Amino acid sequence: MRLITVAGPPSSGKTAIICKTAEALQAAGISVGVIKFDCLSSGDQVTYERRGIPARTGLSGNLCPDHFYVSNIEECLDWGLQSGFDLLISESAGLCNRCAPHIKDVCAVCVIDNLSGVETPRKIGPMLKMADIVVITKGDIVSQAEREVFVHRIRQVNSSAVIIHVNGLTGQGGHELGRLLKDAAAVDSLQGKLLRFSMPAALCSYCLGQRRIGADFQMGNVKKMELG
Amino acid sequence: MDNNYADMMLEQLFCEHPHAREFFGAIGLSALPEGQTLGNTVAALDEELLLDVGIERHDLLRQFRDYMAGMEQLRNQQQAMVASVTVLGGHDKSGNLENFKLELRPGEVTCIVGPTGSGKSRFLADIEWLAQGDSPTGRSVLINGTVPDLARRYAVEQKLVAQLSQNMNFVMDLSAEEFIRLHAESRMVTDPSAITATILDLANSLAGEQFIPTTPVTALSGGQSRALMIADVACLSSSPIVLIDEIENAGIDRKRALELLADQDKIVLMATHDPILALMGQRRLIFKNGGVASIRSTSPAERANLALFEQMDARLTMVRNALRNGEEIAGNW
Ligand SMILES: Nc1nc2c(ncn2[C@@H]2O[C@H](COP(=O)(O)OP(=O)(O)OP(=O)(O)O)[C@@H](O)[C@H]2O)c(=O)[nH]1
Ligand SMILES: Nc1ncnc2c1ncn2[C@@H]1O[C@H](COP(=O)(O)OP(=O)(O)OP(=O)(O)O)[C@@H](O)[C@H]1O
Ligand SMILES: [Mg+2]
Ligand SMILES: [Mg+2]
Ligand SMILES: [Zn+2]
Ligand SMILES: [Zn+2]
Repeated sequence: MRLITVAGPPSSGKTAIICKTAEALQAAGISVGVIKFDCLSSGDQVTYERRGIPARTGLSGNLCPDHFYVSNIEECLDWGLQSGFDLLISESAGLCNRCAPHIKDVCAVCVIDNLSGVETPRKIGPMLKMADIVVITKGDIVSQAEREVFVHRIRQVNSSAVIIHVNGLTGQGGHELGRLLKDAAAVDSLQGKLLRFSMPAALCSYCLGQRRIGADFQMGNVKKMELG
Repeated sequence: MDNNYADMMLEQLFCEHPHAREFFGAIGLSALPEGQTLGNTVAALDEELLLDVGIERHDLLRQFRDYMAGMEQLRNQQQAMVASVTVLGGHDKSGNLENFKLELRPGEVTCIVGPTGSGKSRFLADIEWLAQGDSPTGRSVLINGTVPDLARRYAVEQKLVAQLSQNMNFVMDLSAEEFIRLHAESRMVTDPSAITATILDLANSLAGEQFIPTTPVTALSGGQSRALMIADVACLSSSPIVLIDEIENAGIDRKRALELLADQDKIVLMATHDPILALMGQRRLIFKNGGVASIRSTSPAERANLALFEQMDARLTMVRNALRNGEEIAGNW
């Protein structure tokens, strides 16, 4: 089975492009399953199942969804293997722009949309910088010039990725993205595999549930800004 | 090819390659201390800083080299010459063979007509993605008469197709001048100021109402936006093919717009339901059931009729203006 990690900011079009791509793959006789990771709630599983794509949801609650993801991805892989999929896709939204679900030797996709503004590629960390494939959505509503500038800005932070435009509404480009995913590396076990980049140490008192403001209540990994 | 960036002093590197500075700014390392070689600067970077920006030390120089090589390639090639695009017919949705061989050349305008769902967008996608019998239509596309290097499919900087459609808007918070300049710089153009001025002039010559360079792009009218997009695609887009999904009638000289694209040696493909636009092309493709049902060259008789339709259109425009001016639409129009 092939495994693909799809990450991207909230509402960037991840579900839309996964659906369109799965449609093209299924038409070619390739079976696809999806695991969706989110914090509190997600209607994505219903969206997938309505389109005949088997899906499961993992809700991380008050944990960072990406940390939750790492602790669960092996079991998800087993689910995919047992279900006999040709392709398993994980969908997650990097909420802190700093964690990334991407694993070494596992095909990594980042979805980012043209509407998010040309500064966005600079704000997204390893999720974008370390992706093998960058999918740009919502090109149907901005000008050609903005699309080209956006590509340039992505190139600045990831010089080696394949960058591809997919329209989440019409599916234009989905067939071609499918062709790339179909050739992703097969993964039968994740035992001992490495994340592409370490996840930030979320170990301050606020991670542990503290709500009170003030130096006395700040413990662990605390960093102060310089105000000059 | 200069591969010894690591041995260059940082200030010299930034001076000779302004784009190098942009790279580090984009990565999140805008305040690199000067006075050392790039290699030493990177070696001395704080581990925690690297963690913060989310990149590994050994990867940084590699990424930088790849980026510089890509920019160099952009500068040199500008636009790989496309002298012709050939589409070899496949089959329609029922599997009936299309049996056509269509050659598109720079400066030609080809119109695409047919009912919704008839396969117009798929045809355009076949060209965009250089189909080789591996799309749902079984069509193949040749560039300059030969099977293209398939690596080109996924080389976004060499994208064959630029698109213009009715739904497209500007979303950037910049003036028209700043906006075009930004595009020019990302295209590694040698004289961004000159090309920016040219594009703004052209856009103004297409738009009914003039705008000034400092107008924010988001404040342009529908017609002005479309005019600016067309002038920009004609002069700055890297792609030799331009796909147009209707040009609405909103205060823009559509004939001149098409001429401008053709003059810039673009291969223009336009999906339209407007009879005037459909007849402005050299030929049109008629779609049915996912296939090209027929191909028609615009005949001299059709061109004569086009002139007539344009007069009718001009008359309607006069009525529209009279309405706007609060006149009574009486008498002989
Ligand atoms: N115009 C346009 N809209 C799009 C495109 N792709 C996605 N959308 C719309 O963007 C919205 C968000 O898309 P989703 O696919 O739900 O985004 P997501 O990344 O899965 O969102 P979360 O899972 O909530 O993080 C939806 O309303 C989509 O219809 C596109 O290419 N063009
Ligand atoms: N020759 C073909 N064989 C199989 N499927 C096809 C073929 N041509 C088109 N299709 C499919 O038919 C559907 C409709 O085609 P398409 O979107 O290109 O229509 P359209 O003419 O652009 O419609 P609209 O005017 O609504 O935009 C798409 O899913 C497309 O992939
Ligand atoms: Mg989603
Ligand atoms: Mg269409
Ligand atoms: Zn996180
Ligand atoms: Zn914390």
